[in-house]
Amino acid sequence: MLLLGRGRRRPRLDERPRIVPAGAPDPGAEWLVLALLLGAALCAAGFIVVYAFHELAHQTQYLGLALGLSFAFVAAACVVVGRRLVVSEELEEDYPLPGHPQTQEELEQLVQESGSRFTRKRLLLSGAGAAGTAIGAALVVPALALGPFLDTGGLYETPWRRGVRLVDESGRPLLLDEIAAHTFYTAFPQGAGHEQFGAPLVVVRFAPSQLHLPAPRRGWAPGGVVAYSKICTHAGCAIALFRKPTFPAIEPGPALICPCHYSTFDPTSGGRVLFGPAGRPLPQLPLYVDPGGGLRAAGNFSGPVGPSWSGVRSRPPRNPA
Amino acid sequence: MIRRAVRFLDERSGAAPLLQKSLRYVFPDHWSFLLGEVALYSFIVLVGTGIYLTLFFEPSTATTYYTGTYLPLRGHEMSIAYRSAVDLSFKVRAGLLMRQTHHWAADVFVASIVLHMLRIFFTGAFRKPRDLTYYLGLTMLILALLEGYLGYSLVDDLLSGMGLAIGYSVLLSIPVLGPRLALLVWGGPFPGRPEFWSRLYVAHVFLLPVLIGSLLAGHLLLVAARHHTQFGERRRMTEKKVVGLPTFPAQAPRSLGLMFAVAAVLLLLGGLVQINPIWLWGPYHVYQGTNGAQPDWYLGWLIGALRLVPSFDLTIGHYTLIPNAFWGGALFPLLVFLILYASPSLERRLTGEYGFHHLLDRPRDAPWRTALGAALFTWVFIIFFAGSADRVFVSFGVSYQAQIWAYRALVWVLPVVALLVTRRWCLALQELERLDRIRRAAEAEARGRLQLE
Repeated sequence: MLLLGRGRRRPRLDERPRIVPAGAPDPGAEWLVLALLLGAALCAAGFIVVYAFHELAHQTQYLGLALGLSFAFVAAACVVVGRRLVVSEELEEDYPLPGHPQTQEELEQLVQESGSRFTRKRLLLSGAGAAGTAIGAALVVPALALGPFLDTGGLYETPWRRGVRLVDESGRPLLLDEIAAHTFYTAFPQGAGHEQFGAPLVVVRFAPSQLHLPAPRRGWAPGGVVAYSKICTHAGCAIALFRKPTFPAIEPGPALICPCHYSTFDPTSGGRVLFGPAGRPLPQLPLYVDPGGGLRAAGNFSGPVGPSWSGVRSRPPRNPA
Repeated sequence: MIRRAVRFLDERSGAAPLLQKSLRYVFPDHWSFLLGEVALYSFIVLVGTGIYLTLFFEPSTATTYYTGTYLPLRGHEMSIAYRSAVDLSFKVRAGLLMRQTHHWAADVFVASIVLHMLRIFFTGAFRKPRDLTYYLGLTMLILALLEGYLGYSLVDDLLSGMGLAIGYSVLLSIPVLGPRLALLVWGGPFPGRPEFWSRLYVAHVFLLPVLIGSLLAGHLLLVAARHHTQFGERRRMTEKKVVGLPTFPAQAPRSLGLMFAVAAVLLLLGGLVQINPIWLWGPYHVYQGTNGAQPDWYLGWLIGALRLVPSFDLTIGHYTLIPNAFWGGALFPLLVFLILYASPSLERRLTGEYGFHHLLDRPRDAPWRTALGAALFTWVFIIFFAGSADRVFVSFGVSYQAQIWAYRALVWVLPVVALLVTRRWCLALQELERLDRIRRAAEAEARGRLQLE
């Protein structure tokens, strides 16, 4: 066979039967492709020129335009090549066989026979299982260093305790007399970080007759000033909207609203949910006025702050140790 | 030249037969088969632009004060991450182009995956032997959603932070395990330890892209191993034979053309159409929120679900078992993906059809699958649409609460309507075709009789 093959010379490339069917040349298309490729080169060069400017108005736009058009020209060239210069032959091919039943059986046999010297398969398999599970667990356990795993107590912590002064974003104390009615204030605990769910408050003032807080919270709103956690109990966004009943026909009453999923809370009745997905009222902070007229916390919140979790209602909020 | 290159390669790898086979691999021609390719090419653009971004972005939450050229932010306290993202947009030449192209590519990436998935679903392409390919595709969709979310979270602007707070809340809401997982991932109660940003970063620039890339390779290998499906619009296309263009020369310029076209569109969008102007949102603070905030489109279904669920936590006595954010944020997507993953085996079970399929169904050919799919995707789409109720309120003044109540009803009504209408529609189309065949047969017979006479 080999010898026979060597005796006969392979025919030259142009003498052999074609694999790809022949087609007529299309010089027009070739010129078009050339023009498109030159266009691409020109645009790419344009990108470099625009890039070289130190400060140019609308530079981002020009850069995007130049590079985008350059790619668009190449894409167009490819399309012309595909449609007019390359033969669109249609091929047929057999779909692969659904499987190789004989090989499958042989593989099964191979594995079976390889284990024929084992007499205690079950036992060994359980041993391997034990080793695998233990090693897997050992490899996963270091991940516990990522954060507290068993101790979820941190979720209950807030910096508010009796006597903590309410201050604004720049640290200036909030005075009762300076709180205007129907206006939305953000307050923080003096001397504690702002970037935690337990810290920020919304403070709103109503006429005391407007308030109908639950009986145990009667003394929580000196001068009609109520304070709530600013973090929505649904998904942890900041309550950034305050609805005054400016048009009572549609808007039934004042409300604190979270802009993420529009949980709506009633600030006059202790943070009750009026509408939207939140499943828990907004935690209220009891207030009192110190001799200097400043607002201070009279204790911790009425419930845990921030989004809810399994068991959230089981414990009251607390201060960090 | 060509012979020498081929010989060099073949003598060292023995790949000539494989190469020949792959060059003559047959691609059936249909526009809808290109959706997956669009996703592939968007992914390439994402990797390219993403690498450029990592050269300038600093993933750190340490605080700093902005002193750059953008006046409204001057003197503001912010994280180094946010400052570097703003600098990357304003100071680095072509930085904004790359960032916006990256963002657009992410949106197009997920969109093309979803459209590709719908094509696969409604043509029954997920049937044996391509169910494994389909599972890999679905997994990539989940990873792509997560990857996109992490990407816009990394910037640490106000929207990022709000998104992360919501993500934290949803993780926290998982029954019993939730608080433990959330504390692990964030390293403590929100906003977590500074290391959280390193975790976010390595997940976004390494873990998820590598995972998506590997699954992508597996997905394409499986496609090639079982060959493409085809619609069977011509008689030669059968369950035994695939008919189409060879990879080379016919398919290659088309596919390359699509690649450059995708890159061109993404770059033009990135250069000319503003997306996520992070300097307008400002830095994130736990105590700040903005009205009418909308995430990227592909999270719209989740925000819609989170907004639609009425106020209730599942409690047993005084013990909270399942807090509210779980229903819309976790249970809903879980259910949707569960149904999608189960579809091939459910269909096998329900139809008793366990065979191999290389020919695609047109949607009308499988009325029940099409109708059930229409119901499922209508359900998801209505919930997606409900996520825009606040924008509708701002733009048209339709009461937000009234809209939500309407959606809460429509979410259950419209899928049933879609199911019934789609099924009838499919059957009507089938009937129309049957009548058409009868008419043509009668006409042919009449012509034949005429010729005989």
